[in-house]
Amino acid sequence: MTEERQLVVPGEVIIKSDDVLPGENTRKENGEIIALRYGLSEVSDNIAKVIPVSGVYQARRGNVVIGEIVGLTSAGWLVDVGVAENAFLSIMEVPRYVDKNALQEVFDIGDAIIAKIWNMGGRGIDLSVKLRGFGKLYEGMIFGVNPNKIPRIIGKEGSMINLIKDATGCNISVGQNGLIWIKGDTLDKELFAKKAILYVEENATKEGLTDNVTKWLSENKQ
Amino acid sequence: MDKTFDITKERIKKCLAEGKRFDGRKPEEFREVAIEYDISDKAEGSARVKIGKTEVIAGVKMDVGEPYSDSPKEGNLIVSAEVLPLCSSRVEIGKPGFDSLEIARVIDRGLRESGFIDFSGLCIKEGEKVWNAYVDIYTINDDGNLLDASGLAAIAALKSARIPKYNEETGKADYENLTDKKFPLTSIVPITISVHKLGNKFLVDPTREEEDASQTKVIIGSSDGIISSMQKGNEESIEIEEMNQMLDLLEKSWESLHKKVNKQFK
Amino acid sequence: MSTNFKRPDGRKVNELRPIRAKVGIIPNADGSAMFATGNTIAIAAVYGPKKMHPQHLQNSEKGTLRFTYNMNSFSVSDRIKPGQNRRAIEISKISGWALEPVVDLKKFPNEVIDVYVNIIQADAGTRCAGINAASMALAHAGIPMSDLVVSISVGKLDKTIVVDLDKAEEDFEEGEGPTDIPVSLTSKGKITHIQLDGKINSEQLKEAIKAAKEAGKEIYEIQKKALKNVGEEIKYG
Repeated sequence: MTEERQLVVPGEVIIKSDDVLPGENTRKENGEIIALRYGLSEVSDNIAKVIPVSGVYQARRGNVVIGEIVGLTSAGWLVDVGVAENAFLSIMEVPRYVDKNALQEVFDIGDAIIAKIWNMGGRGIDLSVKLRGFGKLYEGMIFGVNPNKIPRIIGKEGSMINLIKDATGCNISVGQNGLIWIKGDTLDKELFAKKAILYVEENATKEGLTDNVTKWLSENKQ
Repeated sequence: MDKTFDITKERIKKCLAEGKRFDGRKPEEFREVAIEYDISDKAEGSARVKIGKTEVIAGVKMDVGEPYSDSPKEGNLIVSAEVLPLCSSRVEIGKPGFDSLEIARVIDRGLRESGFIDFSGLCIKEGEKVWNAYVDIYTINDDGNLLDASGLAAIAALKSARIPKYNEETGKADYENLTDKKFPLTSIVPITISVHKLGNKFLVDPTREEEDASQTKVIIGSSDGIISSMQKGNEESIEIEEMNQMLDLLEKSWESLHKKVNKQFK
Repeated sequence: MSTNFKRPDGRKVNELRPIRAKVGIIPNADGSAMFATGNTIAIAAVYGPKKMHPQHLQNSEKGTLRFTYNMNSFSVSDRIKPGQNRRAIEISKISGWALEPVVDLKKFPNEVIDVYVNIIQADAGTRCAGINAASMALAHAGIPMSDLVVSISVGKLDKTIVVDLDKAEEDFEEGEGPTDIPVSLTSKGKITHIQLDGKINSEQLKEAIKAAKEAGKEIYEIQKKALKNVGEEIKYG
């Protein structure tokens, strides 16, 4: 059973059923599944949940995030990824030799990096830039979007973001914390890619998004 | 995340060096300006100004007071401003910070020095009773350039303000009854424009990103080519040649901004 | 409930003033809303959850809901001097308590959710308007909540129970004078806030609370509609 997605408010009954189980952002009481957060309700495979459409970024292990270096310690760097606690990037998680007395030569305060959250423990978020494609972001521009729209911006297996990359010829990196980095040959191409992404963000919940984006990209070609 | 990264700031400066801005505007161009009136029916005059997504409201309240001894025929102007925590995640709770103070004092100077207000029109009884005019400014959303938006909101509020009835018996204002008398103003329109320096180039009406990338600014209050107030922000220095360029930019932008807003003023 | 009583503006005793509500009015905020009842207009912005500063106020067991209520200087006839005042501090505290029961603060230890309410225009019922705006703004911000909170001022004019007092009624002078009772409830009818100023016996107080619960149902529908139509102004009455 799959029910159409609907916007629900906290405390609203999503569905009355003895068989359906309470999923994310819901609870069950007296045979009713009740929303515990504002968002889109979804019932499928006998689980009812609320998909957030708003709210600050919640860090999860495995997430790719973009952040700013805000501090240097003897063991690594403090990184602001837009959550309450600063994340930590250890020297051990960098795929090159780091001079303990000259950390700033690798990453300095104000630098933008793209990293993976490899652990979330009691001490907070631990980042790694060991894998290919992670590390410092040079030039280009970074802007923010609603982190809840990131899955749509990336698309199934990257289909949406690749569509935009191809049409604009830009390098684009998407952080699940809502930050996006774009670098292209010209400013106009970068701004075109940014506009395309903002278009996806605005129309994320609408039907036929991929077709609309393809149409938009060809109509607004740079 | 509400932050402008260093690489973005560099990109902004690089573009400006070519005369370009992210939203396609020219360096002397303001965003869309929208003015609404009567934000509060309890104010003698009030207005809401939106410049792009930046939003500021201002209200005029009046009460009866005494004139200063050196200006027995003139009323008083008191300007206050509050950068509300509503408007941005960057505002800390607590006492109004420097930003609030800067807005209040710069706008006060702009209104006072320009000759916009006819202070003698606020006189009730020479040497004894005059109107005090309070202009209070509140910021609602900060997408850059709160200062210029505050200036426009103050002007709009004053231009739409009417004087309360003066109650002879109590010697106080009767707020239930406004007179038809408009707040005494001259034809001067003292628009405050902040000119920002980014790299070696200049712009007006920065978005928040652009304002984050701004190195220093000069705030100028002028009307029809006559500059009556000016203030430079922060510690970075400006070459004389740069100042000249900023003044040229000011002239260009004043013209186009004036066109945009004059038809919206009451 | 006496239905012959004539209210200054002609409303029925259980009739709310016209309401306007809109969600998503401050782009920078994580959640925001406007709630206007009659001539009273309140706006609310929510930022968070985020790190609590100053550090000594951090609570390692649960997050903090920090409510700041403020009236604009020109929201009333006699200008309010800008700056902190005791009434605002008190209302800030109680408004926070009105909303806390529905917010799952255990999910955010050491963090704070900031709720800011600003009164643009005042014609009585400002704290209730503020709580209504805040309820919508908190939901809009994606804060985990068990329910929305609705807030209404009920009261007694001389001997009659009425709903949603305006300023003229707060200043009512006949007979027993006015009794002003702001109440906040969840949609399930749980009282999260109640205050009282005036003179009333317990029978009538029970009646007043019942009237608040009934009126609250209409406000709940408005809050819900505004949240389901972000950016649209919802009008009632």
